[in-house]
Amino acid sequence: MTFNTRSAALYAGMAVLLIGTGMVQGWNTALLILNMGLISAIMSLGVNLQWGFAGLFNVGVMGFVALGGLAAVLVSMDPVGDAWSAGGLQVLLGLVLGAATVVGAVLIYTRMSAGRRRLLAMVIWIVAGFFIYRAVFDAGVDAVESVNPAATGYLGGLGLPVLISWPVGGVLAAGAAWIIGKTALGLRSDYLAIATLGIAEIVIAILKNEDWLARGVKNVIGIPRPVPYEVDLQQDPSFIERAAGLGMDPTMASTIYVKLAYGALFALFLIVILWMAQSALNSPWGRMMRAIRDNETAAEAMGKDVTRRHLQVFILGSAVCGIAGAMMTTLDGQLTPGTYQPLRFTFLVWVMMIVGGSGNNYGAVLGGLLIWWLWVMVEPIGLSLIQLVTSGMAEDSGLREHLLDSAAHMRLMTMGLILILVLRFSPRGLIPEK
Amino acid sequence: MSEPFLIGDSMTGGYGKGPDILHDCTIAVNPGEIAVIVGPNGAGKSTAMKAVFGMLDVRSGAVRLDGEDITKLTPQERVVKGMGFVPQTSNIFTSMTVEENLEMGAFIRRDDFRETMEQVYSLFPILKEKRNQAAGELSGGQRQQVAVGRALMTQPKVLMLDEPTAGVSPIVMDELFDRIIEVARTGIPILMVEQNARQALEIADRGYVLVQGRNAHTGTGKELLADPEVRQSFLGG
Amino acid sequence: MIDFLNGLVALTNFVIIPATAYGAQLAIGALGVTLIYGILRFSNFAHGDTMAFGTMITILVTWWFQSIGINLGVLPTALLALPFGIAGTAVLVLLTDKAVYQFYRRQKAKPVILVIVSMGVMFILNGLVRFIIGVDDQNFADGERFIIGARDFREMTGLREGLAFKTSQGLTIVTAVIVVALLFWFLNKTRTGKSMRAFSDNEDLALLSGINPDRVVMVTWLIVAALATVAGVLYGLDKSFAPFTYFQLLLPIFASAIVGGLGSPIGAIAGGFVIAFSEVTITYAWKKVLVYWMPEPLEPSSLMQLLSTDYKFAVSFAILVIVLLFKPTGLFKGKSV
Repeated sequence: MTFNTRSAALYAGMAVLLIGTGMVQGWNTALLILNMGLISAIMSLGVNLQWGFAGLFNVGVMGFVALGGLAAVLVSMDPVGDAWSAGGLQVLLGLVLGAATVVGAVLIYTRMSAGRRRLLAMVIWIVAGFFIYRAVFDAGVDAVESVNPAATGYLGGLGLPVLISWPVGGVLAAGAAWIIGKTALGLRSDYLAIATLGIAEIVIAILKNEDWLARGVKNVIGIPRPVPYEVDLQQDPSFIERAAGLGMDPTMASTIYVKLAYGALFALFLIVILWMAQSALNSPWGRMMRAIRDNETAAEAMGKDVTRRHLQVFILGSAVCGIAGAMMTTLDGQLTPGTYQPLRFTFLVWVMMIVGGSGNNYGAVLGGLLIWWLWVMVEPIGLSLIQLVTSGMAEDSGLREHLLDSAAHMRLMTMGLILILVLRFSPRGLIPEK
Repeated sequence: MSEPFLIGDSMTGGYGKGPDILHDCTIAVNPGEIAVIVGPNGAGKSTAMKAVFGMLDVRSGAVRLDGEDITKLTPQERVVKGMGFVPQTSNIFTSMTVEENLEMGAFIRRDDFRETMEQVYSLFPILKEKRNQAAGELSGGQRQQVAVGRALMTQPKVLMLDEPTAGVSPIVMDELFDRIIEVARTGIPILMVEQNARQALEIADRGYVLVQGRNAHTGTGKELLADPEVRQSFLGG
Repeated sequence: MIDFLNGLVALTNFVIIPATAYGAQLAIGALGVTLIYGILRFSNFAHGDTMAFGTMITILVTWWFQSIGINLGVLPTALLALPFGIAGTAVLVLLTDKAVYQFYRRQKAKPVILVIVSMGVMFILNGLVRFIIGVDDQNFADGERFIIGARDFREMTGLREGLAFKTSQGLTIVTAVIVVALLFWFLNKTRTGKSMRAFSDNEDLALLSGINPDRVVMVTWLIVAALATVAGVLYGLDKSFAPFTYFQLLLPIFASAIVGGLGSPIGAIAGGFVIAFSEVTITYAWKKVLVYWMPEPLEPSSLMQLLSTDYKFAVSFAILVIVLLFKPTGLFKGKSV
């Protein structure tokens, strides 16, 4: 679990890859890959907390990441005053009524004794509650969404600094994780997998369809940045002067400066989370977690509350994914629910964690950086490969055109192949646990 | 004395790379006989039987069936050679009917096995009655009959039972023993491991008392029941 | 009375027929998942993409047939191409098993490892399908579109509501009945089928009985290939084919299999219909039916749609959660390893 020479060599190799990319394809590209790689590393750490520490099979990473993205919108965007006065409170009231319906139903179920009367009471309560909720909520939503739908049509956020959204994203994801964990933990591992897969799809469906919340597929753009804007830098005389001192033109310098600033922020968060994960791993809590993972029955026999521990680590891991999601939306500057794809945001993160080394935090981070680099690089590599293969074919050959068009999909195959090869020949990953 | 029909001869061995559990242990049975392995908990009774059936590494010694050395064969190959084995637990297909259980027992046979099935049904009439019922729905004693019936479907040359009466009531146990005696009367040698040492030795033609993986006492059932030392240590006086 | 009939026709047209067809598609898909689970003992995440692969082969052969002028008249040409799709998928899954799964089976790896491995297979298949046929929607249904068209029905009965019964829906239901009957005949009546059930029930005892595990596994994959291709082609004919849609089918299919009880074929079928009917009834706008059935003053003004169709996954999911909470082994007792 220590950071040994092997790990150091692997990280050095990773640095060489990035620097090489910078020299060949330009520093902007390299920094772009690094920034997203850092975020991927955090997601990979989150999954590692769940799978590597506790053996929990979460395939709903996408949902938690998207919730983080939602947090970025809800925290940092300016509130839309007209929308609030049109129906904001009514929407909130509707949500409260909906929640009250669910809570009431649970109370009826737990407080009343089983029988026909309980069933009847539940049905009446739920049906009545549902219709009241829909009446209040729908009217509010219509009012909100009709306020300048082209530009806003949603309630907006709190207008706070975007950095605050990062921990808030973690909290949102943790809340969702609590609900899933309460239902699916303690059942078989496959059930947790299906439950997380489902909740992720539902989160995306909500983001796509609840326009009052975050404009749905109309996307929220222009999320405030925690770092300066390029245009501002380019007009700042002292910045131009410093850029000139380094022998760079201001446009180039400003783009690189912004990316470096993001990189520094992300690296800081990554290091803090990594440090916390490492401390957790080596604490009595972490040791117990691994003991439970290795032999659940024995741990249970020793009086450990396995389900409770699992719930804790599941919430923590999901929260980390939520933080990463907020960071990613901040980096993009926009929330685009249509772009959330399970292959990219759930399964790719799994590839990162497995390739890096499940159970080892340094491994998970390395996997995040390396696989993200590959994910980006496979596309041009695949394209040039296909160009090479098809170079003998006629210019207007339909097959050649088709192959060139399809080159982009080679990255999926490559990732699958990498995952299978690693599982087969080096199942403990690049930096194994212990 | 000529070589017994089935003999596990001076077997020493254990599971996988683990320590030896059996030490120079010999178990044998002849046609028409019931041989019983008894002993205290952890004496290696079931292990001895599994060694005869090839489910553990026999590092020295040999297992011979009808004079043929089968020490190197896998359990499946031994089934083909004519050994029938009834495990102690999970010994039936619970979701399948009684008849399907018997059919699966005869899976390696390519000839017509209806006659064998009739024989099994005449040995265990209750099974004929419940032939279309899922085996998992039967009572404990009936399940054991299904398990024994399944093993008999290959027309084995020898039948091995691992604690057939585990977990059944005393009345059912007596009935099971009666059935087992009937099976033995058809000429099939029976090797069985038993917890209920006294009742088992009463029906045994040969008895093996194992202690810590070694033969402690060997003799006919009657001899062992009469042996004061055996009575004292294993039969509670 | 006429109102009642009109309402009934609307209900049949918009709820019962589509849900039955969709349920049959889910059921055949879930049968594949449940068989893999029962015999190979893992949840196959690549199943949706196996369906996509089989459908893709069928589509390619269909196009080829169409280009050389072979067709089935009123029936879709895809039916003729289906055996090729099944054969192609069979080759694919057998190769995958040899190259990937067999190793872990021999090692007796934990089921969850096999699930992760199947994630890798899912990636590769997904990429492969997109690589070959692209990401766009492909409509490959030809032949007569309707068994009964809405207009014909109106003219025939004089009712205000029309009833449309698509060829693809009729085909789905007929095929599903045939496939399920064949499968159950195979599992319950043939020696190989029984040996598969025995293997699923008690692997050790099956080995003791001389059942050859490699053969059982091979036959299972062959059946799964056929089921996946049939389910995929029927779904594609009924709606349309797009690789991503098939990946997303994984959720309702797994929900069906789990709701019915993983490992139980009967359960998979029941689960498929439970999920399909809930999805359709909850996302259907009931106004159309209720205007006929409710007395004038009570007629609803809103659409009476409980959830928008975009939330259909939420329905499968909610039912899944309810079943897991109250009956973790599913409606028909499945395995709970």
